[in-house]
Amino acid sequence: MAANTVAPAGAGWLRSFGAWIDERFPMTKLWNEHLAEYYAPKNFNTWYYYGSLALLVLVLQIGTGIWLTMSYKPSAAEAFGSVEYIMRDVEWGWLLRYLHSTGGSAFFIVVYLHMFRAMLYGSYRKPRELLWIIGVLIYLALMAEAFFGYLLPWGNMSYWGAQVIVSLFGTFPLVGDALVEWIRGDYFISDITLNRFFALHVAALPLVLVFLVVVHILALHEVGSNNPDGIEIKKNKGPDGHPLDGIPFHPYYTVKDLFGVGVFLLLFAAVVFFAPDLGGLFLEAANFEPANPLLTPPHIAPVWYFTPFYAMLRAVPAFAGTQVWGVLVMFAAIALLFFLPWLDRAPVKSIRYRGPIYKVALMLFALAFIMLGYCGLMPAVQPFKTLSVVGTIYYFAFFLLMPWYTRIDSHKPEPGRVRS
Amino acid sequence: MKPVKILLAGLVLAWCTATFAAGAGYPLEPAGSDVRQTASLQRGARNFVNYCLGCHSLQYVRYSRVAQDLGLTEQELRENLMFTGTRVHEPMLSAMPAAAALGWFGNAPPDLSLIVRSRGLDYVFTYLKSFYADPTRPSGVNNAVLPNTVMPHVLASLQGVPAARWEATTDAAGQQHQHLAGLEPATGGTLTVEEFDGFVRDTVNFLDYAAEPAKAKRQALGIWVTLFLVIFTVLAWLLKREYWRDVH
Repeated sequence: MAANTVAPAGAGWLRSFGAWIDERFPMTKLWNEHLAEYYAPKNFNTWYYYGSLALLVLVLQIGTGIWLTMSYKPSAAEAFGSVEYIMRDVEWGWLLRYLHSTGGSAFFIVVYLHMFRAMLYGSYRKPRELLWIIGVLIYLALMAEAFFGYLLPWGNMSYWGAQVIVSLFGTFPLVGDALVEWIRGDYFISDITLNRFFALHVAALPLVLVFLVVVHILALHEVGSNNPDGIEIKKNKGPDGHPLDGIPFHPYYTVKDLFGVGVFLLLFAAVVFFAPDLGGLFLEAANFEPANPLLTPPHIAPVWYFTPFYAMLRAVPAFAGTQVWGVLVMFAAIALLFFLPWLDRAPVKSIRYRGPIYKVALMLFALAFIMLGYCGLMPAVQPFKTLSVVGTIYYFAFFLLMPWYTRIDSHKPEPGRVRS
Repeated sequence: MKPVKILLAGLVLAWCTATFAAGAGYPLEPAGSDVRQTASLQRGARNFVNYCLGCHSLQYVRYSRVAQDLGLTEQELRENLMFTGTRVHEPMLSAMPAAAALGWFGNAPPDLSLIVRSRGLDYVFTYLKSFYADPTRPSGVNNAVLPNTVMPHVLASLQGVPAARWEATTDAAGQQHQHLAGLEPATGGTLTVEEFDGFVRDTVNFLDYAAEPAKAKRQALGIWVTLFLVIFTVLAWLLKREYWRDVH
């Protein structure tokens, strides 16, 4: 295949240098396949910014993470003090730390919106089932990355949060206690636990995340992007073989995403510079006290992005002498996401052409997820206990009843070409 | 755009309630301090070394950094803030041995480097103002914000010792309960009520600074970053519009 369809622009020597590389590495080929000649639908709306923003946050987290690692000490005796050292004595250390802590929450906001976009426009439907599954794997890896990272400041909420989450594995019959001991590497959350969580947070999971993101993008570029109309632009090609409703990703979407980056960074900087704690939601007050195995914080809650699942965990009562049911429900809630492409039986993809049942069901799903997240932040008292149960039942009903209600739902005919 | 608004509304609601839930109990008074006011920070540092440092350390705060951030020369620093014979680059450590403190109070006085971030500015402000006479306590005082605190009323010579105002409430079972309704203005201190408020405000302002020395710089820099990003975003929008002219 003739790779060099477009030679690199520039001066003569630069062009010949580019040609020299192209004979040895598919530089121009990669550029064209993934940017200059990757045709994306022209009708992307604001929901389509979050993919590129997730990539931006990933790069930001890796960059700031590398610099934080230079001054951080992964030991129970020094970790808390080293974070304060970064905040006070390291040049611009406070900025690196706030960028990283805010970036953690921003990552989840962006990824949740990105996933909701897929649900709005049916981006998980054939032929994008594998793309969706890889995305769910990224979400899982991100949750693991966030969980391991949250222990590192070695504050009291870090300590007790990890204690609670790790104990969940202890509910499994027979292997539970051994499993918990194996995860901690000790009989309690200790220096050894901190060291291994550090290794997983700074080396193992970033590698997994970057690998999965590359695979996600490769899969996307193989099948092509979905769009708000949920129809395939590849069905209408012009005489040049390019989709009539497609435009090259570069420069059209690179400049458009640049604008998205600007808006995102404005909001992001507002948090970093004016409210890095965000009222205790991004950095919790109890975490400004060092880890203390003898003193639990008055109210232990995970960081906001885990709270929907935490609420589900608490919503399920113990029976048959074990708490394992709540843990299983929590894991099942995430596992269900993998099956979404086959649960949805609607003949159309996009919310624009779906019937009223799915529209209502999806809006209620978003509300239920937010409500669960809110209940998870609150102490386990009424009305949050009842609301958690209602939210959990709705969450599962939304997925498990989907094959039925998407089939009986009405739908509007899809247009032949995308609308702008 | 409706779902976005719902999501945002949910986040804001969660944030408000999380903030609100932290402040249950005795009503907290807003501190009204400002870390950009260097004179207040200087007075607060003086108050801290005179009234607090005897028992409480600031283990993450160095004398030299305080001098630098508060606009003090090394000589001013040594004459006004350093009484324990340490060197300027050392952290501000209390001379009280922790083991002895444990014996005297039953609880070692906590390090205050991050107290404003772990408990809140208004909490520390109200706490310092809310000691009241209680002969049942070993120190002779109790605290409305942190009942049965072992800390004595260190600022009694300045404020005097307020008396508690109790209210009786009757519960459903007909039992009478005494309930702390508030504190009477203190008498017998060397400062007036307003002067004492100012004294505590300066002190917690210094503690706010100590909890995050970069706070004032962070906020000042944030304005420039925001201005830059506004210009960047407008230019990016214009660039996008220019490129997209031929997309129909």
